[in-house]
Amino acid sequence: MQYTLLIYTDPAYFARSQPDETQKRIAAYNAYFEALKKEDVMVSSNRLRPTSDATTVQVANGKTNVLNGPYAETREELGGYFLIDVPDLDAAISWAARCPGSSHGKVEVRPVWTM
Amino acid sequence: MEDGELARNTAEAVARRSYGKLVALLAARTRDVTAAEDALAEAFAAALAHWPQSGVPANPEAWLITTAKRKTIDSARHRHRAEQAADHLKLMADELTCANDNEIPDERLSLMFACAHPAIEAGIRAPLILQTVLGFDAATIASAFLIAPSSMSQRLVRAKAKIRRAGIPFRLPSRGDLSERLDAVLDAIYTTYCEGWSDPRGTDINRRNLATEGIWLGRLVASLLPDEPEALGLLALMLHTEARREARRSADGEFVPLTEQDTLLWDRTLIEEAEMLLLRASTMKAIGRFQLEAAIQSAHATRCFTGRTDWRAILGLYDALWRMTHSPVVAINRAVALAETDGPQAGLAALDVQAADGRLSQYQPYWAARAELLSRAGHEQDAGEALDIAIGLESDPAIRRFLQRKRSVLQG
Repeated sequence: MQYTLLIYTDPAYFARSQPDETQKRIAAYNAYFEALKKEDVMVSSNRLRPTSDATTVQVANGKTNVLNGPYAETREELGGYFLIDVPDLDAAISWAARCPGSSHGKVEVRPVWTM
Repeated sequence: MEDGELARNTAEAVARRSYGKLVALLAARTRDVTAAEDALAEAFAAALAHWPQSGVPANPEAWLITTAKRKTIDSARHRHRAEQAADHLKLMADELTCANDNEIPDERLSLMFACAHPAIEAGIRAPLILQTVLGFDAATIASAFLIAPSSMSQRLVRAKAKIRRAGIPFRLPSRGDLSERLDAVLDAIYTTYCEGWSDPRGTDINRRNLATEGIWLGRLVASLLPDEPEALGLLALMLHTEARREARRSADGEFVPLTEQDTLLWDRTLIEEAEMLLLRASTMKAIGRFQLEAAIQSAHATRCFTGRTDWRAILGLYDALWRMTHSPVVAINRAVALAETDGPQAGLAALDVQAADGRLSQYQPYWAARAELLSRAGHEQDAGEALDIAIGLESDPAIRRFLQRKRSVLQG
């Protein structure tokens, strides 16, 4: 089954980080990335620009509304995702727990809707 | 006996004995519990139609599994697009070959772990196990848990959909997760037992069954995981409690508290079985909540052999349980035990510490315990006020009458 691991983090936490903490976090993500590739479970992954760079679009009555900013203002925001292919939810939970994002934020595990 | 009757009796007997085993086996690969239940229902209907003519097959379980799998394949053909159906059919064909063996693998434990998975809402885990392992219908479960049938049925449907859609596995958790996940399974079983226990006269047939079914599930888990001390501890706890069922109400239906129960009415066979289980669990050297609770009940049970209650031992066990759970309910029981060893003032002081926890103001046993200790300490008026609150919070009429009798003695 395919699952997305959605990483929610507080951008303020990153802003506060010391350079060596940032280095450590990058190293942790790199190691995690390698582990996902080595065990052949990763389908794709991306880090997202912060919500300050987001634009929200909605079409109502034929008119396109373009809003500056994210869909919802929350303290923690979606910072990136991993799309993985594993046998079941327990395997996905175990990869989510290994993801550095689950230590400095929260990781939401969502199965992909197969059509 | 007529063939039709024999066929029906056999089908019913297999349904009672093997329902959960068959659901578990059917759902284990596809994770589709609803489809498994539907297919099994059709297989039972087919059995009632065929067995009177063809005779009851030598292995009724294997017959039902094979038939249910054919039904699943048929409905998969209708439901799925071609390529998906092909995968599904291959899977099913593999399964059919194994169903021809006489040995039906027991996947019930895997099914229970799926039902009590942390991704399933905690409140629906016990009902889900009752439905999938024991075949209870939603209406029966709803009445046992005092929930509206439509709401229970909706929540069960949602939980089963979650198992399938979220890909919750049907297997034992890894070693590292086992004890935490097992706690959830044991919790669900204990909930089942406690729901049944709240109707000690067995006047409500659905609730009385729940206590029996809780013990049955407890025995099942203890037999499938004989090296898990908490599984043995839970069974010991339920058996100790069950042993006192007869003593818990007087001949005219009035509530009798534990310390006033006639120990001759306690079931010694159940007590001995519970003691054996607890002893076996203790050799595994991994203490847990259920073993401690069972040990407390075991300490109470010794009264039927020695004629006295060892409150000091009970206090020590409650101390350990409190350190493990920090449950306010445990704290109340600990305060009552403390009052027995160190006097009512010590017990009241311990209760006062707990009173800061706002949840207790709505908890009947807190007020009843408080009233009892106040009255022993000679504060009759305060005791009366606490009893008034306890009476107002109690929904069981027998326990309410018991509290009211205490109240009238205080006034007299």
